[in-house]
Amino acid sequence: MKLLRSRPTPPPPSEPGDVLAEASGLHVRLGGREVLQGVDVFARAGEVLALVGPNGAGKSTLLGALAADLPAAAGVVRIHGRAADEWPAAELALRRAVLPQAASLAFPFGVDEVVRMGRAPWAGTEGEDEDDVAVAEAMGAAEVAGFAGRPFSALSGGERARVALARVLAQRAPLLLLDEPTAALDLRHQELVLRVCRERARAGDAVVVVLHDLGLAAAYAHRVAILSGGRVVADGAPEAVFEERLLSDVYRQPIEVFPHPRTGAVLISPVRDS
Amino acid sequence: MTLMDKVVEATEEASPARRVRGGGWLLTVGLVVALLVLVPVAAGLGAYPIPTGDVLGSVLHKVGLGGAELERVPESVLWNVRFPRIVLALLVGASLGCAGALMQGMFSNPLAEPSVIGVSAGAAVGAVGAISLGLNFLGTVTIPAVAFVTGLATVLLVYSMSRAGGRTEVVTLILTGIAVNAFAGALIGLFLFFADTAAVNQITFWQLGSLAQATWSKVLAVLPFAVVGLVVAPLYSRRLDLLSLGERPARHLGVDVERLRVVLILVIALLTAAAVGVSGIIGFVGLVIPHLLRMAAGPGHRFLVPGSALAGAVVLLAADLVARTIAAPAELPLGVLTALLGSPFFFWLLRRTRRRQGGWA
Repeated sequence: MKLLRSRPTPPPPSEPGDVLAEASGLHVRLGGREVLQGVDVFARAGEVLALVGPNGAGKSTLLGALAADLPAAAGVVRIHGRAADEWPAAELALRRAVLPQAASLAFPFGVDEVVRMGRAPWAGTEGEDEDDVAVAEAMGAAEVAGFAGRPFSALSGGERARVALARVLAQRAPLLLLDEPTAALDLRHQELVLRVCRERARAGDAVVVVLHDLGLAAAYAHRVAILSGGRVVADGAPEAVFEERLLSDVYRQPIEVFPHPRTGAVLISPVRDS
Repeated sequence: MTLMDKVVEATEEASPARRVRGGGWLLTVGLVVALLVLVPVAAGLGAYPIPTGDVLGSVLHKVGLGGAELERVPESVLWNVRFPRIVLALLVGASLGCAGALMQGMFSNPLAEPSVIGVSAGAAVGAVGAISLGLNFLGTVTIPAVAFVTGLATVLLVYSMSRAGGRTEVVTLILTGIAVNAFAGALIGLFLFFADTAAVNQITFWQLGSLAQATWSKVLAVLPFAVVGLVVAPLYSRRLDLLSLGERPARHLGVDVERLRVVLILVIALLTAAAVGVSGIIGFVGLVIPHLLRMAAGPGHRFLVPGSALAGAVVLLAADLVARTIAAPAELPLGVLTALLGSPFFFWLLRRTRRRQGGWA
């Protein structure tokens, strides 16, 4: 019976370094305002790319454009080498997974059911056989297995955020787009989420993550793109782009960058003279 | 996607791997048993009582499995009065229950229901217009067909007016419903004003919501609408589940949201027209049924959509039985009965939703 259906084909495995998502000369308009003004950025397999910048810089808009949610006013977004607006929804769902900023649910589904929704794109493909494994693995990685049977609506904000993350992980798409995954989380789970990002990158996925915590970005991202006023003002390894003058300028707040006394890792802190 | 794909998908969705929560199966069995008991009971009860044994005998005789034909009068009462009414009650109840479940899923809002948001009234405008103008261009199918067209226009209107940024706020939805109900009421009043006395009587009676004038030709007139709606609806259960995450996340999971929306609007209009076209506005069935089922068996639409159709059929058959026997020989209009029971439930639901949200944003 499966031969009768025109099911989406899963993407071929990607090599480390393959560009899975890319924006070039991208302009995006929202409500008459040009939120992105000529952005060039790319996400490679095997790499965690952090998007940072002040509020309103266009981070979430860029992520939305890379997810094919927002149309380009000018320029182009390519996902797996093909223009974003040319992909049918079903094919795209096997190629990129998106974690929205806020997770909501209209009806009181159980946590396990919500995570299982992440497997929907695979229905009818060979990947369907991995459903149970993928769900269990994702729930383990996001540490939500402990409340698998509870209704989503009974969870705290941080727990909901992790369930949403588990759903996105269960989708097993090679391109992961995460919009502020750490916003609602405690210290332990912030570290956990970024470690998961690193693991996915090591396994060959491309991970793009919007972050506010520059320390997390410095510690976990392979590459950081700093956005300001709808443009990318710096793009490179954290040690290279996290520079006091640039950051102080972009955030309009004096910022100091210094090495960790023991490990030498980059630490970033606002200057607080007391 | 072709129809074949959908059928394949639907059968796979029913496979044990995609399990319905345990409560679902129990409920299904319970509802089917209730249906099997209720049908012969409803066929026997009434102004002219017929023993249940005779009812079964006559049915067996009709399908050629033994049994015995009844005398002329009871046989005629059974087959020309009771059975068309029972079948109509089942069709209307299934359509209302199913339409309610679909609507709540489509709006991602537990307060959506054809009568609450004005879609039933919109379909009623078409039906009343057809009656008062004496339209008959499609024979007996005319009234449900016209009701379908005006119902469809109303769903489109409500949907486009009550959504903002991919979401439906409760307040906007209910207020839109009030506006649409008021406008539809005015149009119905206008048709009444211009109709002749016979048509006025027919309309007034019909407006209260009743199955009293059930005939086989009416059953045949709404059958295609109800059947198409009821067969297509469950094919979209899984996508409705995903839609509860929000439109964007649903799209991220491969749902063609625009197309889903078009199909759902069409199916809802079909089901509403099937119900309103023959029985007037019978409110709250589509609100109460999906809610009770969601509480009992969880929110998964794979059970909820067909389950609401089944439960709607059972409940409306029972309600009609009560409506025509409780004040015998007089008959209580069915719409009055369901509104009497359904409105307090709606009230409770409003309070609960408000408490949960901490106010109406």
